[in-house]
Amino acid sequence: MTTTYAFLGEFGDALQFIFQGETTREGAEVGGSQFLDLTWEHLKLSGVSMAIACAISIPLGLWLGHIRRGSFLAISLSNVGRAVPSLALIAFFVAYLGTGFANLTLSLVLLAIPPILTNTYVSVTQVERDTVDAARGMGMTGAEIVRKVELPLALPLIFGGIRISAVNVIATATIAPLAGINTLGDPIINVSGYGDTGRLAAAICVAALAIFTELTLGAVQRAVTPAGLKLEPDTASRRMRIRFGREATT
Amino acid sequence: MNRSEPAQEQGPSARPAAATLEFREATKIYPGQDDPAVDALSLTVPAGEICVLVGPSGCGKTTAMRMVNRMIDITSGDILLDGRSVRERRPAELRREIGYAIQQIGLFPHLTVADNIATVPRLLGWPKDRTRARVDQLLELVSLDPADTRDRYPAQLSGGQRQRVGVARALAADPPLMLMDEPFGAIDPINRERLQNEFLRLQKEIRKTVVFVTHDIDEAIKMGDRIAVLQRGGKLAQYAPPAELLMYPNGRFVEDFVGADRALKRLALQRVRDIDLWKAPLVRVGEPVADARRKVQDSDVPYPLLVDADGRPLGWLSERALTGERVTEDLRSKAEPAVELDDVLRDALSDLLANEAQYGPVLDARGAVAGVLSLEIIGHALQEPPEQVRSGADALAADG
Amino acid sequence: MLDLIAQVQIQDRSSGDASCVADNGFCPSWIVDNLNRYTDPLLQHVYLTIVSLAIGFAISFGLALIAHRRRWLVAPITQITGVLYTLPSIAVFFLLLPITGRGNTTAIIALVAYSLLIIFRNIIAGLDNVPAETKDAGRGMGLTDRQLLWRVELPLALPEILAGLRIAATTTVGLATLAFFAGAGGLGERIFEDIVFKSNVVTAGALAVLLAAAFDVVILIVQRAVTPWARARAS
Ligand SMILES: Nc1ncnc2c1ncn2[C@@H]1O[C@H](COP(=O)(O)OP(=O)(O)OP(=O)(O)O)[C@@H](O)[C@H]1O
Ligand SMILES: [Mg+2]
Repeated sequence: MTTTYAFLGEFGDALQFIFQGETTREGAEVGGSQFLDLTWEHLKLSGVSMAIACAISIPLGLWLGHIRRGSFLAISLSNVGRAVPSLALIAFFVAYLGTGFANLTLSLVLLAIPPILTNTYVSVTQVERDTVDAARGMGMTGAEIVRKVELPLALPLIFGGIRISAVNVIATATIAPLAGINTLGDPIINVSGYGDTGRLAAAICVAALAIFTELTLGAVQRAVTPAGLKLEPDTASRRMRIRFGREATT
Repeated sequence: MNRSEPAQEQGPSARPAAATLEFREATKIYPGQDDPAVDALSLTVPAGEICVLVGPSGCGKTTAMRMVNRMIDITSGDILLDGRSVRERRPAELRREIGYAIQQIGLFPHLTVADNIATVPRLLGWPKDRTRARVDQLLELVSLDPADTRDRYPAQLSGGQRQRVGVARALAADPPLMLMDEPFGAIDPINRERLQNEFLRLQKEIRKTVVFVTHDIDEAIKMGDRIAVLQRGGKLAQYAPPAELLMYPNGRFVEDFVGADRALKRLALQRVRDIDLWKAPLVRVGEPVADARRKVQDSDVPYPLLVDADGRPLGWLSERALTGERVTEDLRSKAEPAVELDDVLRDALSDLLANEAQYGPVLDARGAVAGVLSLEIIGHALQEPPEQVRSGADALAADG
Repeated sequence: MLDLIAQVQIQDRSSGDASCVADNGFCPSWIVDNLNRYTDPLLQHVYLTIVSLAIGFAISFGLALIAHRRRWLVAPITQITGVLYTLPSIAVFFLLLPITGRGNTTAIIALVAYSLLIIFRNIIAGLDNVPAETKDAGRGMGLTDRQLLWRVELPLALPEILAGLRIAATTTVGLATLAFFAGAGGLGERIFEDIVFKSNVVTAGALAVLLAAAFDVVILIVQRAVTPWARARAS
């Protein structure tokens, strides 16, 4: 095996596996461009799950937050969500509903909902009552208040929830092959087809994907933060609360 | 002074009760600023006196006070405690012998009232039973019931109670010097007044040296044995006892700061019992009319004042009550307003004006008539020279 | 892919209701008979969680105390622990394999790495939220920096610190279900062994959820016990 990354030892081999691929003894092409397919599948699964989760939890969270009801639901949901291991959730769906893209997506959606819903809810309830009162006093309707006041002020925290969920979903999509979907987890779970190098290569790709997602959504989050909020006296803990929305759930 | 060696202390009274505090050209320039926050401040607070630092917001009162216990480092100049520079003391050790009370109180929310008060005694390594006894003693000193309050958390106290605990905590190790930064600033007017009076009464007993910061000139006049008026930039404008400050402000700034009503403010320094009252023509029902008429003639008051058997006022008698042989209960008006001996002249004057009265009976602690106060008497009091006007704790001390 | 799963079915399905078991069903009698199969993984799971939490807490606590004195360190420590938090544990298990090999060490390193941010951030937030006047009064009474930290700041930060520990505990229990990828066993290994057998999945999954809840409750009880003043506020 000629390798450009020899000095990196096993990690070098893994990088080579990612960029150049290998041919197995049975003559199958693994690594290289095949990893692109796995990555695409990984992103597709995660993206679809996240889109559905957002479509459900953001409106629900906005509505619950706007009417200031259901705090118990919104808060305990995230506690329960944390306590259910992702592997157990997926295994449960496989055992009861069987394998396949739809069932797997459903389980990932369930996994992704709690942080987004809780953060949306909390962020809306944290918008100061005075601000909402002022808006109502200016004659805004309920829907206008949500759209023009509560949503913009809540967006940073909502994106904090989306970041947590997205990273979590990408991590969990790694075990998707258990449900018959070949994501970047394939070389990890189906190690016989790829070997240790392939598995390490997949781990690197998953890690890179998660970091990339985190950074990208972080940039989006900063972009959607209203300029006025950035100017507010900003303690370190408040910054962190926006960055890692989870704290809001405690 | 052997204060730094707790082993030598036998009891709270083993420490010198009060220390002399001297600012010598003490100056503070905050980093990155050109102008000093406190500019060459020189003044001496005699042991056992309350020195009030007063001035407009941002004039450097807090800064000056916090330099004393080195919460803020002195840029130049010096501050001496009983002749010894605070700059050569280790800050933590220095602070343990200086009481510290601030407007926000800063009680430790996770400790009970007793543990809060015991903080400094414990730092000083007092034995347990001595600390416990001291806690109860202090709670009583600040008018709190030890049994009821000791084990409560600060969250379970009212604002006024918290402030009392804050003062008790500052007094815990019997410090010879107390620093108090707007200690009653966040309390409603009625409770503030009560706490001020309590503190003055307390000070009468403990006779600490106190540096008291406020931006309220009325509070300064009430609390201070001496008042240091600071102006923006931390310059000392005047340092004088309250009456002198009111009579002879040494410039426009102090004159404006004490207010155009400074002459009236002096009335807050004197109590009714401090001045000579008119003699009241006291009569009782059934008394011979001739006696009553004679009493009125001997008095500055034109009408007799009817009192009950215990000497409590019933009202001013009308002409008709004196027409027969004996005095009858025929009143022309009620005996209002009734002023108390402990009232300051300002409040007494206000009562008279509010009732559109020229004069009113003065009652002692039992409610019996002790004399009559009139607008005329108050007018005379205003002309007394400041040296004869007592101030702060002294005025209260006279209450006995 | 499915063949692979089929290969790792639980071999011993002899006990319990035979037809239910053959259907991969949810069979209470099988579960009762086979509960002991889950004892060792459960204990291993507890072990992984406690050791990881203890190490994670010790490191975060040290970092937080350093950053509390040198504020400029908060941002870089948050960023670095943030990266560790973002890295999927399952990837970290395999990234560590070439270095630390298969076994508890690898699993614990990954779990610790994940918990650092959660605990660190809560300790810092807890210390930040100590009222300034409380610290000022403490300092004014002559507490040294160290006394102030241990007698005032940390006790007052306890509710937030323990809240962070609760989050870290429940997430760690969840992530430890993947520790078998690193060769460290745990309840996840049982789930993975026979993912289509409902009895197995439900039993192992429920044990994991109960374990997370148990940690949560235990820490909550500790929190209540050591912060009596917090309830005084409510009453
Ligand atoms: N830590 C600091 N750093 C820089 N400047 C400060 C600091 N503390 C106070 N100052 C400045 O020093 C000046 C005096 O402040 P100080 O707090 O002593 O005023 P003060 O008389 O106590 O006012 P107030 O009545 O509002 O409490 C002010 O101009 C203030 O802005
Ligand atoms: Mg001040």
